[in-house]
Amino acid sequence: MSGHYEDRERGYDRDDDVSDRGERGRGGSGGRGGGGRRMHRRKICRFCIEKVDLIDFKDVKLLQNYIPERGKILPRRISGSCATHQRMLSEAIKRARNIALLPYATD
Amino acid sequence: MATLRTYEVMFIIDTDVPEDESARLSENLAQVVTDQGGTITKNENLGRHKLAYPIGRKNDGLYMLFEIDGSGREIAELERRMRVNDQVIRYITVRVDEDRRRAEKFKAKRARKASKRPLSGSAAARKDGAQSATDE
Repeated sequence: MSGHYEDRERGYDRDDDVSDRGERGRGGSGGRGGGGRRMHRRKICRFCIEKVDLIDFKDVKLLQNYIPERGKILPRRISGSCATHQRMLSEAIKRARNIALLPYATD
Repeated sequence: MATLRTYEVMFIIDTDVPEDESARLSENLAQVVTDQGGTITKNENLGRHKLAYPIGRKNDGLYMLFEIDGSGREIAELERRMRVNDQVIRYITVRVDEDRRRAEKFKAKRARKASKRPLSGSAAARKDGAQSATDE
Protein backbone atom coordinates (compact mmCIF):
# COMPACT_ATOMS: atom_id res chain seq x y z
CA MET A 1 0.00 0.00 0.00
CA SER A 2 2.70 2.46 0.99
CA GLY A 3 4.38 2.19 -2.38
CA HIS A 4 1.43 3.33 -4.36
CA TYR A 5 0.61 5.97 -1.82
CA GLU A 6 4.02 7.58 -2.22
CA ASP A 7 3.42 8.72 -5.77
CA ARG A 8 0.16 10.37 -4.78
CA GLU A 9 1.79 12.37 -2.06
CA ARG A 10 2.29 15.54 -4.07
CA GLY A 11 -1.23 15.50 -5.37
CA TYR A 12 -2.52 15.12 -1.85
CA ASP A 13 -0.61 18.08 -0.48
CA ARG A 14 -1.78 20.31 -3.27
CA ASP A 15 -5.50 19.86 -3.14
CA ASP A 16 -5.60 18.91 0.42
CA ASP A 17 -7.87 21.54 1.82
CA VAL A 18 -11.15 21.90 0.06
CA SER A 19 -12.94 19.80 -2.52
CA ASP A 20 -11.16 17.23 -4.57
CA ARG A 21 -12.74 18.57 -7.73
CA GLY A 22 -13.99 15.15 -8.62
CA GLU A 23 -10.72 14.53 -10.34
CA ARG A 24 -10.67 10.89 -9.72
CA GLY A 25 -14.36 10.53 -10.24
CA ARG A 26 -15.30 8.44 -7.25
CA GLY A 27 -18.88 8.28 -8.34
CA GLY A 28 -17.78 7.53 -11.89
CA SER A 29 -20.00 10.26 -13.29
CA GLY A 30 -19.10 9.79 -16.93
CA GLY A 31 -15.67 10.37 -18.43
CA ARG A 32 -15.57 14.13 -18.46
CA GLY A 33 -12.10 14.30 -16.82
CA GLY A 34 -10.15 17.34 -18.01
CA GLY A 35 -6.51 16.24 -18.08
CA GLY A 36 -7.40 12.64 -18.58
CA ARG A 37 -3.87 11.49 -17.94
CA ARG A 38 -4.64 10.49 -14.36
CA MET A 39 -5.68 6.90 -14.44
CA HIS A 40 -8.53 5.97 -12.22
CA ARG A 41 -7.38 3.11 -10.14
CA ARG A 42 -9.92 1.22 -8.17
CA LYS A 43 -9.01 1.48 -4.52
CA ILE A 44 -9.98 -0.99 -1.92
CA CYS A 45 -10.34 -0.74 1.80
CA ARG A 46 -7.44 -2.45 3.45
CA PHE A 47 -9.43 -2.96 6.65
CA CYS A 48 -12.27 -4.65 4.82
CA ILE A 49 -9.88 -7.09 3.23
CA GLU A 50 -8.24 -7.90 6.51
CA LYS A 51 -11.66 -8.02 8.14
CA VAL A 52 -10.85 -5.55 10.87
CA ASP A 53 -13.85 -4.89 13.09
CA LEU A 54 -12.22 -2.63 15.60
CA ILE A 55 -9.45 -0.08 15.33
CA ASP A 56 -7.74 0.51 18.63
CA PHE A 57 -6.31 3.89 19.55
CA LYS A 58 -3.42 2.19 21.31
CA ASP A 59 -2.21 0.59 18.10
CA VAL A 60 0.21 3.37 17.22
CA LYS A 61 2.06 1.29 14.63
CA LEU A 62 -1.09 0.89 12.60
CA LEU A 63 -2.28 4.47 12.99
CA GLN A 64 1.09 5.84 11.98
CA ASN A 65 0.49 4.58 8.45
CA TYR A 66 -2.44 6.95 8.21
CA ILE A 67 -0.76 10.14 9.27
CA PRO A 68 1.63 11.48 6.66
CA GLU A 69 4.51 13.68 7.72
CA ARG A 70 2.41 16.70 8.70
CA GLY A 71 0.45 14.61 11.13
CA LYS A 72 -2.86 15.05 9.36
CA ILE A 73 -5.27 12.22 8.89
CA LEU A 74 -4.91 10.64 5.49
CA PRO A 75 -8.11 11.24 3.54
CA ARG A 76 -10.17 8.40 2.18
CA ARG A 77 -9.57 9.44 -1.38
CA ILE A 78 -5.91 8.59 -0.96
CA SER A 79 -6.06 5.56 1.26
CA GLY A 80 -9.22 4.13 -0.27
CA SER A 81 -10.69 3.07 3.05
CA CYS A 82 -14.43 2.64 3.22
CA ALA A 83 -16.58 5.06 5.19
CA THR A 84 -17.00 2.78 8.16
CA HIS A 85 -13.34 2.09 8.57
CA GLN A 86 -12.30 5.65 7.89
CA ARG A 87 -14.60 6.72 10.69
CA MET A 88 -13.10 4.19 13.08
CA LEU A 89 -9.66 5.23 12.00
CA SER A 90 -10.18 8.94 12.47
CA GLU A 91 -11.78 8.32 15.85
CA ALA A 92 -8.80 6.24 16.91
CA ILE A 93 -6.30 8.79 15.66
CA LYS A 94 -8.05 11.57 17.55
CA ARG A 95 -8.02 9.57 20.74
CA ALA A 96 -4.37 8.75 20.30
CA ARG A 97 -3.62 12.43 19.80
CA ASN A 98 -5.37 13.34 22.99
CA ILE A 99 -3.22 10.99 25.03
CA ALA A 100 -0.04 12.12 23.26
CA LEU A 101 0.57 8.89 21.40
CA LEU A 102 0.34 10.76 18.14
CA PRO A 103 1.10 14.40 17.36
CA TYR A 104 -1.54 16.95 16.50
CA ALA A 105 0.82 18.61 14.06
CA THR A 106 4.42 18.22 13.04
CA ASP A 107 6.74 19.97 10.70
CA MET B 1 -29.76 0.45 32.91
CA ALA B 2 -28.08 -1.90 35.20
CA THR B 3 -25.96 -3.27 32.43
CA LEU B 4 -22.30 -3.65 33.03
CA ARG B 5 -20.12 -1.40 31.00
CA THR B 6 -16.51 -1.82 30.10
CA TYR B 7 -14.13 1.07 30.02
CA GLU B 8 -10.55 1.50 29.09
CA VAL B 9 -8.80 4.20 31.04
CA MET B 10 -5.36 5.24 29.93
CA PHE B 11 -3.39 7.76 31.91
CA ILE B 12 0.06 9.23 31.95
CA ILE B 13 2.06 9.66 35.13
CA ASP B 14 4.78 12.23 35.41
CA THR B 15 8.20 10.61 35.16
CA ASP B 16 9.64 12.96 37.78
CA VAL B 17 7.67 10.97 40.31
CA PRO B 18 9.81 8.20 41.79
CA GLU B 19 8.94 4.69 40.74
CA ASP B 20 7.59 3.42 44.03
CA GLU B 21 5.38 6.44 44.34
CA SER B 22 3.92 6.04 40.87
CA ALA B 23 3.20 2.41 41.68
CA ARG B 24 1.46 3.56 44.84
CA LEU B 25 -0.51 6.12 42.88
CA SER B 26 -1.82 3.57 40.42
CA GLU B 27 -2.66 1.27 43.31
CA ASN B 28 -4.61 4.06 44.96
CA LEU B 29 -6.52 4.75 41.78
CA ALA B 30 -7.33 1.07 41.41
CA GLN B 31 -8.55 1.14 45.01
CA VAL B 32 -10.85 4.05 44.19
CA VAL B 33 -12.45 2.01 41.45
CA THR B 34 -13.03 -1.06 43.57
CA ASP B 35 -14.38 1.08 46.41
CA GLN B 36 -17.00 2.47 44.06
CA GLY B 37 -18.08 -1.00 43.02
CA GLY B 38 -16.13 -1.43 39.82
CA THR B 39 -13.79 -4.28 39.01
CA ILE B 40 -10.44 -3.91 37.37
CA THR B 41 -9.99 -6.59 34.76
CA LYS B 42 -6.69 -5.36 33.46
CA ASN B 43 -4.05 -3.24 35.07
CA GLU B 44 -1.11 -2.74 32.80
CA ASN B 45 2.00 -0.67 32.95
CA LEU B 46 2.79 0.20 29.37
CA GLY B 47 6.13 1.68 30.31
CA ARG B 48 7.83 4.95 29.83
CA HIS B 49 7.24 6.60 26.49
CA LYS B 50 8.14 9.81 24.82
CA LEU B 51 5.11 12.07 24.44
CA ALA B 52 4.20 12.97 20.88
CA TYR B 53 4.10 16.60 21.97
CA PRO B 54 5.14 18.29 25.21
CA ILE B 55 2.48 18.56 27.89
CA GLY B 56 3.27 21.16 30.51
CA ARG B 57 7.00 21.14 29.69
CA LYS B 58 7.14 17.38 30.06
CA ASN B 59 8.52 15.33 27.23
CA ASP B 60 7.92 11.84 28.47
CA GLY B 61 5.55 9.98 30.66
CA LEU B 62 4.69 6.66 32.18
CA TYR B 63 1.70 5.15 30.44
CA MET B 64 -0.75 3.11 32.46
CA LEU B 65 -3.83 1.27 31.29
CA PHE B 66 -6.84 0.09 33.29
CA GLU B 67 -9.69 -1.92 32.01
CA ILE B 68 -12.71 -1.50 34.21
CA ASP B 69 -16.08 -3.22 34.41
CA GLY B 70 -18.68 -1.18 36.17
CA SER B 71 -21.69 1.07 36.07
CA GLY B 72 -19.94 4.31 35.18
CA ARG B 73 -20.04 5.87 38.64
CA GLU B 74 -16.54 4.71 39.48
CA ILE B 75 -15.29 6.34 36.31
CA ALA B 76 -16.60 9.69 37.46
CA GLU B 77 -14.79 9.34 40.76
CA LEU B 78 -11.62 8.07 39.14
CA GLU B 79 -11.56 10.94 36.68
CA ARG B 80 -12.11 13.43 39.47
CA ARG B 81 -9.16 12.02 41.37
CA MET B 82 -6.93 12.11 38.32
CA ARG B 83 -7.95 15.66 37.54
CA VAL B 84 -7.00 16.78 41.01
CA ASN B 85 -3.69 14.97 41.10
CA ASP B 86 -0.85 16.78 39.33
CA GLN B 87 1.18 13.61 38.99
CA VAL B 88 -1.30 12.44 36.38
CA ILE B 89 -0.57 14.59 33.38
CA ARG B 90 -3.25 13.27 31.03
CA TYR B 91 -5.98 10.66 31.03
CA ILE B 92 -8.51 9.33 28.59
CA THR B 93 -11.50 7.09 29.16
CA VAL B 94 -13.02 5.10 26.36
CA ARG B 95 -16.14 3.03 26.64
CA VAL B 96 -15.37 -0.15 24.75
CA ASP B 97 -18.19 -2.61 25.44
CA GLU B 98 -20.50 -1.34 22.70
CA ASP B 99 -17.83 -1.34 20.03
CA ARG B 100 -16.64 -4.76 21.03
CA ARG B 101 -20.14 -6.13 20.94
CA ARG B 102 -20.58 -4.68 17.49
CA ALA B 103 -17.32 -6.25 16.35
CA GLU B 104 -18.48 -9.59 17.71
CA LYS B 105 -21.69 -9.28 15.79
CA PHE B 106 -19.84 -8.69 12.56
CA LYS B 107 -17.60 -11.62 13.21
CA ALA B 108 -20.53 -13.88 13.91
CA LYS B 109 -22.30 -12.67 10.84
CA ARG B 110 -19.26 -13.31 8.71
CA ALA B 111 -18.89 -16.78 10.12
CA ARG B 112 -22.52 -17.51 9.31
CA LYS B 113 -22.14 -16.21 5.79
CA ALA B 114 -18.99 -18.18 5.24
CA SER B 115 -20.57 -21.40 6.38
CA LYS B 116 -23.56 -20.87 4.15
CA ARG B 117 -21.70 -19.95 0.98
CA PRO B 118 -18.03 -20.75 1.23
CA LEU B 119 -17.11 -19.00 -2.02
CA SER B 120 -18.47 -15.51 -1.39
CA GLY B 121 -15.93 -14.03 0.95
CA SER B 122 -15.78 -10.58 -0.60
CA ALA B 123 -19.54 -10.32 -0.94
CA ALA B 124 -19.89 -11.03 2.76
CA ALA B 125 -17.44 -8.30 3.60
CA ARG B 126 -19.37 -5.81 1.53
CA LYS B 127 -22.63 -6.78 3.18
CA ASP B 128 -21.03 -6.20 6.55
CA GLY B 129 -20.09 -2.66 5.58
CA ALA B 130 -23.63 -1.92 4.47
CA GLN B 131 -24.99 -3.36 7.67
CA SER B 132 -22.85 -1.11 9.82
CA ALA B 133 -24.01 1.96 7.92
CA THR B 134 -27.64 1.23 8.69
CA ASP B 135 -26.79 0.34 12.26
CA GLU B 136 -25.71 3.84 13.16
